[in-house]
Amino acid sequence: MTRPPEFHAAKWNEPVVMELGRPGGRGQHFPAPEDEIRSAVGIDLIPGEMARTDRPDLPEITEFEAQRHYLHLSQMTLGMMGVSLFGTCTMKYNSKTAEFATLRPELAAVHPYQHPDTLQGVLQIIHDMDGMLRSLSGMDQFIFQAGGGANAAYTMACVARAYWADKGMLGQRTEMVTSVQAHPCNPATAAAAGFKVVNLPLEENGYPSLDALRAAVSGNTALIMINNPDDMGIYNPEIKEWVRIAKEAGALCFYDHANFNGVMGKLSARELGFDACMFMLHKTFGAPKAGGGPAVGAFGCSDELAAYLPTPVVVKAGDRYALDEDRPKSMGKIREYWGNVPQVVKAYAWTRAMGADGIELGADISVVSNNYMDKRLAEIPGLAISNPDVSARRMEMTRWSLGPIAEETGIGTVDFANRMADYGIDPWWMSHEPWIVAEPFTPEPGELWSKEDIDLWIDVVAKICEEARSDPEMVKSAPHNQAIAQVKGDAFEDPAKWAMTWRAWKRKQEAADQGKRGAA
Amino acid sequence: MPAEALTFGLVVNPIAGLGGAVGLKGTDGPGTVAEALDRGAVPRAGERVRRAFARLADRAPGTLVRAAPGKLAAGWLEGLDLDVRSLAPIEVSGTARDTRVAAQALTGCDLVVFGGGDGTARDVTASLGPGRAVLGIPCGVKMHSGAFAISPEAAGALLSDLVTSPDRIGWDDGAEIMDIDEAALRSGRIAPQLFGHARVPVSRKRMQASKGGPSTLAADALAGAARELVEGMSQGTLYVIGPGTSTGAVLTAMGATPSMLGIDAVRDGRVVARDATAEELEALAGGAPVRIVLGVTGRQGFLLGRGNQQITPSLIARAGPEGLIVMASEDKLATLAQPRLWVDTGDPELDQALSGYLRVKTGRGRETMMRVGAS
Repeated sequence: MTRPPEFHAAKWNEPVVMELGRPGGRGQHFPAPEDEIRSAVGIDLIPGEMARTDRPDLPEITEFEAQRHYLHLSQMTLGMMGVSLFGTCTMKYNSKTAEFATLRPELAAVHPYQHPDTLQGVLQIIHDMDGMLRSLSGMDQFIFQAGGGANAAYTMACVARAYWADKGMLGQRTEMVTSVQAHPCNPATAAAAGFKVVNLPLEENGYPSLDALRAAVSGNTALIMINNPDDMGIYNPEIKEWVRIAKEAGALCFYDHANFNGVMGKLSARELGFDACMFMLHKTFGAPKAGGGPAVGAFGCSDELAAYLPTPVVVKAGDRYALDEDRPKSMGKIREYWGNVPQVVKAYAWTRAMGADGIELGADISVVSNNYMDKRLAEIPGLAISNPDVSARRMEMTRWSLGPIAEETGIGTVDFANRMADYGIDPWWMSHEPWIVAEPFTPEPGELWSKEDIDLWIDVVAKICEEARSDPEMVKSAPHNQAIAQVKGDAFEDPAKWAMTWRAWKRKQEAADQGKRGAA
Repeated sequence: MPAEALTFGLVVNPIAGLGGAVGLKGTDGPGTVAEALDRGAVPRAGERVRRAFARLADRAPGTLVRAAPGKLAAGWLEGLDLDVRSLAPIEVSGTARDTRVAAQALTGCDLVVFGGGDGTARDVTASLGPGRAVLGIPCGVKMHSGAFAISPEAAGALLSDLVTSPDRIGWDDGAEIMDIDEAALRSGRIAPQLFGHARVPVSRKRMQASKGGPSTLAADALAGAARELVEGMSQGTLYVIGPGTSTGAVLTAMGATPSMLGIDAVRDGRVVARDATAEELEALAGGAPVRIVLGVTGRQGFLLGRGNQQITPSLIARAGPEGLIVMASEDKLATLAQPRLWVDTGDPELDQALSGYLRVKTGRGRETMMRVGAS
């Protein structure tokens, strides 16, 4: 066993930035423009009706103090550079080279309202990324408008709605069929688009049965939305038959490629029969995710559905790239413009750097790494794999359970997640709802982390198992080496205790004070 | 101990679980106890209760426990680092009466812990009255009720959390108290029945980091499903509403109070029968169309033939497979022992006809396909 890291986060108990500084504090002191400049450019550059009359509520601190404050805040995080085997999210290193590419003025200083003749370089990258995703999926057209995976699932639901409305059958095709283990965004977005949701349970093999699918689909089925493998890590080998049955009932078939990493370059959604699919560029394709930046759900579909895509679609006409807005059957827009373009550029850089062979090798490494993890985790007393009767090897991630050790010690998956942070390890991903196995956790090593990193992660889990037996109170009250001790979940359920902005916080505080005065 | 701490009461059914080890499927009734002892059964309930309280003593030493006297509780806690206050001695009969008498004496406690099985759960909750907080330490043969911790150690951990970190604990106000007719079980038929609901402490699933989001509350989802069902009710059709909290949501959605343990019936927006018998339901149906709203028993997944035998094969046949409306939360379906639902109507041909797949309503505009089999 490797020695667990000794770690302690910095702890800066300082106020929020709005409470720092003093009246008159400022970052830069700019001189007033000279008369010559004033007379050349005029003094009323901002039209009167647009100029604000009050002063903005900004913190009055020096540039140095602002830098120091944000340095302190960054020191209190794990920095997204640790061993983060956060299953279902496919954590990857986000290359600085790609980051710098997006900071170039050819991208950073352009606007989507510019004339397309002045945007040819950016449009080419989008067009070429579309081409590479077509190669990986067999689809005929990709768009990048969706701001994330759920947004791309919603694109599918809206495309299906437009498709059935165009056929005059929306009144009949009212249902979306999915698996209980599909990402919750599939039923949620279908419901948001007005479809009824029909879930299929996992049966003995660890995935829904063909019988259940046959019973579920009918002339009322508008579409099916499915991922494979799902979060248990089990690949459904009957997927082709699935699609055949659904299509026989006339349904559209959508492949949610959230768990693409283990099958990258190994299969084609179109060859399996799907009409559409979705890739998450911020996960699988090496662009940053979550706190690292905005996301992109790349949505691709067959020619038959392409007519209903949101506009604009980037097209190549001759040797020029253009924005096609003239698509009369389009479902409209999912988001503004053509997507989070810097993210597309970063994914483009990742895809070009990996190459077709590299992408396939990445899939192999991620599956091998996960199977190595499965073997070592199975040797730790107190852990249990999901679907223990399924002998097929798991793909790029596996749903595990702390059920046995929780039963023995009362220490569960939330406690483990808290304690991991004490070793500088990012807390693990547990499971989407509903929890099918007790006290779940779902590691995914991907192709990034070395064997040493993976061993370290497993050793920390083993160590916490020991601690759960020898000193449960300590585990229960973790984290102890972090900037902030355990966060009480109750606070999230009481809107009076949190706010997303300083203005909202002040408003809530004022309301609370008035309430107190009213009560008095 | 802080002043606001809960007071725990404890009662043990010392003979719980006796029948299991010797194949008797339960220990209800003095005859069975004698037979179990004859077959060499060794009582283990007390020892299991001690394991739970050893965990409590370890993690929250000095906790106050009001305990029934002797073998009914206090005797099993000797030597543990707890502040055990034994109740006055009671006359021990060796029957369920002991549990009931002791539970009544513990009425003043905030949480009554019991060691036993489903029979003990029934006795304790019946003595305490509705809505009272209980926690079962699993010691019995049959444990279908939702009041049990998953192990003695887990029960001890829950209790210590209640003392030291109460924010880790949530409360389930609708834990089902179930019991099985043991005579039927011994003849090979599982027939659990719902006897009421209790308030039970549960480990709270605290908010997950970054992408979990709040889960849909089962009760809210079922309320939505019930409202959708009520909105779509056909004029003149008799809706027979089976027992349980899930189906109870239908009457609640109509502004009425469900009888919960019995069968209710509604027609044209009105409750036309409460806690009805099979004959009453048949008579009400008359020549009109019938639809039957059913819940699912926890863990086992029974639809028909468990606690709703008033719904007769002839009524079910009239409703037909299309006329069965099943309601359950997604959590309940996810935690079934097998991903199956079962029917046992008493008519094998009907059971066969009902087999296949069926849609369970889990929320408004939300269903789960479930495989149905004949038990």
